[in-house]
Amino acid sequence: MRAVAAAAAIVAALALQTTLAGLVIRGTAAIDLVLIVIVYIALKSGPAAGLVGGTAAGLIQDALSNPILGIGGLAKTIVGFLAGVLATQFILNGPLPRLVLLVLATVLHSAIFMGLYVLLDLRQFPDPLPSVVGQALGNGFVGVVAFQLAEWLPGFVDRRRGGRSLKR
Amino acid sequence: MALADIRQRPGVLLGAAILLHVVLISAQVNTASGLPVLQVVTFGSFAEVQRGTMALFDGLRNFWSGYVALRQVHAENDALKDELQALQVRVQQERAEAQRTDSLRQLLELRERAHLDTTAAEVIAAAASPEFRTVTIDKGTNEGLRSDMAVISPAGVVGRVILPARRASKVQLLIDRNAAAGALIERTRVQGVVEGFGDGSLRMQYVPGTADVKPGDLLVTSGIDGIYPKGFVIGTIEQVERGSGGYHQITVRPAVDFARLEEVLVVRTPQAFSGDVPEGTP
Repeated sequence: MRAVAAAAAIVAALALQTTLAGLVIRGTAAIDLVLIVIVYIALKSGPAAGLVGGTAAGLIQDALSNPILGIGGLAKTIVGFLAGVLATQFILNGPLPRLVLLVLATVLHSAIFMGLYVLLDLRQFPDPLPSVVGQALGNGFVGVVAFQLAEWLPGFVDRRRGGRSLKR
Repeated sequence: MALADIRQRPGVLLGAAILLHVVLISAQVNTASGLPVLQVVTFGSFAEVQRGTMALFDGLRNFWSGYVALRQVHAENDALKDELQALQVRVQQERAEAQRTDSLRQLLELRERAHLDTTAAEVIAAAASPEFRTVTIDKGTNEGLRSDMAVISPAGVVGRVILPARRASKVQLLIDRNAAAGALIERTRVQGVVEGFGDGSLRMQYVPGTADVKPGDLLVTSGIDGIYPKGFVIGTIEQVERGSGGYHQITVRPAVDFARLEEVLVVRTPQAFSGDVPEGTP
C-alpha cells in the first residue's frame, strides 16, 4: 500500500514538474518536485525505499527530459539512499531539520548531476551556484510545506469524518 | 523473503543501483575518440583480464620450458653439438677444397704461362724411407709420363720422374741427396750445378771463387741438363763461403716448400737442351 502511494506521489510530482517547467533559474528548474518526493519517501520508509524510489523516478525523469538516461537516476538514487540513512540516524520531524535535509539533498543532487555532465564533457554549467542555491531554497521551503501538508492532511480528513459522524 | 533480505542490506542495493546507472550512462556516452564509454571500459577491463590470463599462461609456459622441459633441451643440446661438430668438419673440408682450388688455379696459370706440354698431378704419398726425398704422384704411363720428366710447381722446380708406373709415378725431389740440376744465377748468369743435400737445403757446386755471387741472388734452371726447362726458379742463395779447390761453397734455400707439396705439373715436352724461358718467370 505504501509502495503504491509512493509510486502515485512520484507520478504526480512528475506531472506537476512538467507543468512547472517554465519556472527556472538560469536554465535550471527552481523546484524539483520529484526530488522532494524522493526525500519524503526516504524519510518515511528508509534508505532502501529512498534508493528504489530515486532510481525509478530519476530514470523516468531522465527519459522525459535529459539527453543521457541514468545521470539524473544516479543522482536521485544516491540522494534517496543517503536521505534514508540520515532519517534512520537522526530525528528529522521538525521543519528546520527537514529544510536542512532538503537543502543538502538538493546540493548533493546538483553536484552529482552537474558533475557527471561536466565530467563526461556533455554539457557545461557556467556559474551554477545561484541556480543551485535557488533550487535548494525552493525545494527546502516547498518541501517543508508539502511534508507538513502530507502529514497533516490524513489526520485532518479523519477528524472531519469523525466530526460529521458525531453530529449525526 | 529475498526482497526482505535486500531491504535489510541497503548497501548492496546501492552498489547494484550505482552499477546499473554507470553501465547505463556508459552505454550512451562516447569518449573523446568517438567510441562508446561502455565499450571502451568493457574492453579495457577485459583486456586487463586477458593480460593477466596471458601473464599466467606465459609464466606457466616459461616454467615448463625453463625447468620441466630441460630434459628435452638436454637432448636437443646434444643433437646440436653433434651437428656443430659435423659442420666444423664440413667447414674444414670446404676450406681444404678452397685451398685446393686456389692451388689448382695457380697450377693452371703456370701451365698456360710456360707454354709447355704438361699434365697436372696430385701428390698422393711421401717417401717410405726418410733417407730418400721422393713423393708419389697420381699420374703414370697411362698419361704419357716417362722417366726424367721434369716436375714443377707454381713456386719453382720440384724434381723429376724416376719411376713411372701405369697410374702413378715416383718423383725424386730436388732436395734428395742424389738429385741435381743445371742452374744459373739470374743476376750474373753464372752457371753451376745444384745438388740436394738431404737436409732440405741445396748446394750449388762448381761456381768459381772469382764469380760474383751474393746471398739473396735468385737461382734458376739453366736447361743444360736436358731434364728441367730453362728459367724455372730453384731457390735463393742463402750463404756463400769460400770452398776448397777455388770454388764457392754456396747454400741455397729452395723456392718450393716440399713439406706442403700437393699439386704439381709434369712437363712432357722433351727438354733436350731447350732454351725456352717461360713467360712470367725469371
